[in-house]
Amino acid sequence: MSQGSKIVIKDFTFYYDSSQALRNINLAIRPKEIFTIFGPARSGKTTILKSLNRLTDLTLGTRHTGAIFLDGIDIYDPKVDLTQLRRRIGMVFDLPTALPMSIFDNVAYGPRLIKIVQGKRLAEIVEKALRSAVLWEEVKDRLHTSALRLSGGQQQRLCLARTLALEPEVLMLDEPCSGLDPISTASIEETLVQLKKDYTIILVPHNIQQASRVADRAGFFLNGDLVEEGTVYQIFTKPLDKRTEDYVTGRFG
Amino acid sequence: MIINRTRYLTQGIAKILIWMGALSTIAVMILILFQILKEGLPVLTLRFFLESPKSMGREGGIFSTLIGTAALTVVAILVGAPFGVGTAVFLREYTQESKISRVIRFGTDCLAGVPSIIFGLFGFVFFVIKLNMGWSILSGGLTLSAMILPTVISTAEESIKAVPNSYREVSYSLGGTRWQTVTRVVLPNALPGIFTGILLSIGRSIGETAAVILTAGSSLVMPTSLFSPIRTMSVHFYILAREGISMEMAYGTGAALILLVLMINMVAQWLINRYIRHRT
Repeated sequence: MSQGSKIVIKDFTFYYDSSQALRNINLAIRPKEIFTIFGPARSGKTTILKSLNRLTDLTLGTRHTGAIFLDGIDIYDPKVDLTQLRRRIGMVFDLPTALPMSIFDNVAYGPRLIKIVQGKRLAEIVEKALRSAVLWEEVKDRLHTSALRLSGGQQQRLCLARTLALEPEVLMLDEPCSGLDPISTASIEETLVQLKKDYTIILVPHNIQQASRVADRAGFFLNGDLVEEGTVYQIFTKPLDKRTEDYVTGRFG
Repeated sequence: MIINRTRYLTQGIAKILIWMGALSTIAVMILILFQILKEGLPVLTLRFFLESPKSMGREGGIFSTLIGTAALTVVAILVGAPFGVGTAVFLREYTQESKISRVIRFGTDCLAGVPSIIFGLFGFVFFVIKLNMGWSILSGGLTLSAMILPTVISTAEESIKAVPNSYREVSYSLGGTRWQTVTRVVLPNALPGIFTGILLSIGRSIGETAAVILTAGSSLVMPTSLFSPIRTMSVHFYILAREGISMEMAYGTGAALILLVLMINMVAQWLINRYIRHRT
């Protein structure tokens, strides 16, 4: 197991019922890097993210072999506190899912779950999270209006703020810019680069260009296999595997 | 050409049939309302509502039956709603589709088809006699709560099912427990639907007669506790009309009943709309 890695995935194989979604994945993610997981649809990208915070537990009939370590601790160990694991590994989903409540309540949702309810403290957390997600200036005067009235791009940054409010160690983003306009996309990408100072980020990019713009390292997934991993520069300019080359040069996918 | 003409004919006939169906439904509704309100409205004075019935209901008002109706309905809802919503939450959030959930669902479906008089008989044998509660608000309320259970369960289940799964995923991904997810995300979003189910149940409780006579009695005396027997407005209406005591008073009670249900529905609808507007 490589020393100094934030997350180590070891011989990890995952099944939904009888169909195999991930095959023998070995991958180490370093602290405070942006690692991007890319590949065509149905290649197992979302499954790997949802395995990392064990959101796959919610789906019936899944099973896995192998192990995933967070700071050296096996996250599938029965002794692991699931709610704590999910607070340490935050996730932003591919579609903006603002909960039907106010902007403030959305961001305060996570902290309130761990009984942070004191007004001043909560307000500070919410402000800090919204600032980190570059949304504060746009919403500071209407924190108590419904989050559903925000635009798609704002909602997605709200989801990011909601995740950041728990100050997770790892941030997973599953195509956070799908369905967003170029301007919103640019502001989210800018935010990600800012956040890298404090967080380990795993990003499933919206397209290859995005991966090359923001990420440090990349892993190419295809049909549940990790074909190749390396620095973004190497993957996108000198891929070792023919399949990676075909994909990044746009021959399929 | 011929095909076209047949097609027009089919269209025409279908249109007429559908319109007739709709119109006759409305006509029947208007006829009933008109008949009851025409005969009943003149009886409705403030005194009629605030005075208890005298000489078997021939004179006086309906005050004690109004209180009886309210008490019985409140008990039925207070007991039935938590059990019903709890069952729905259990079926949707705490178990997966399994033998147990299928058995529960089959059971509630059967319960929904049982005639109310059977519920009355059960309530009479179990609550009134066996548990020695006598004819009382409690016996009647508990019987009604069992009767409304299927409605509450199925409407609550439907509205819980309609809460987007992505909301649950968000809650769990932020470290929410199952209980936190249910109470903070699922139930608040399902509330309007659950409330509609409870509203239907209130209507059913207010209107129920057969099961109530057998379990809550038909006493005209003002109730003093949960163990007092009562007479609800529906039962009062039934007895006044059936025993020919006073058709005038019967119509008055009927009109009051209709207005009561209408008012509850309007207030509830207003509350639901306000709640939904507040959240979006």
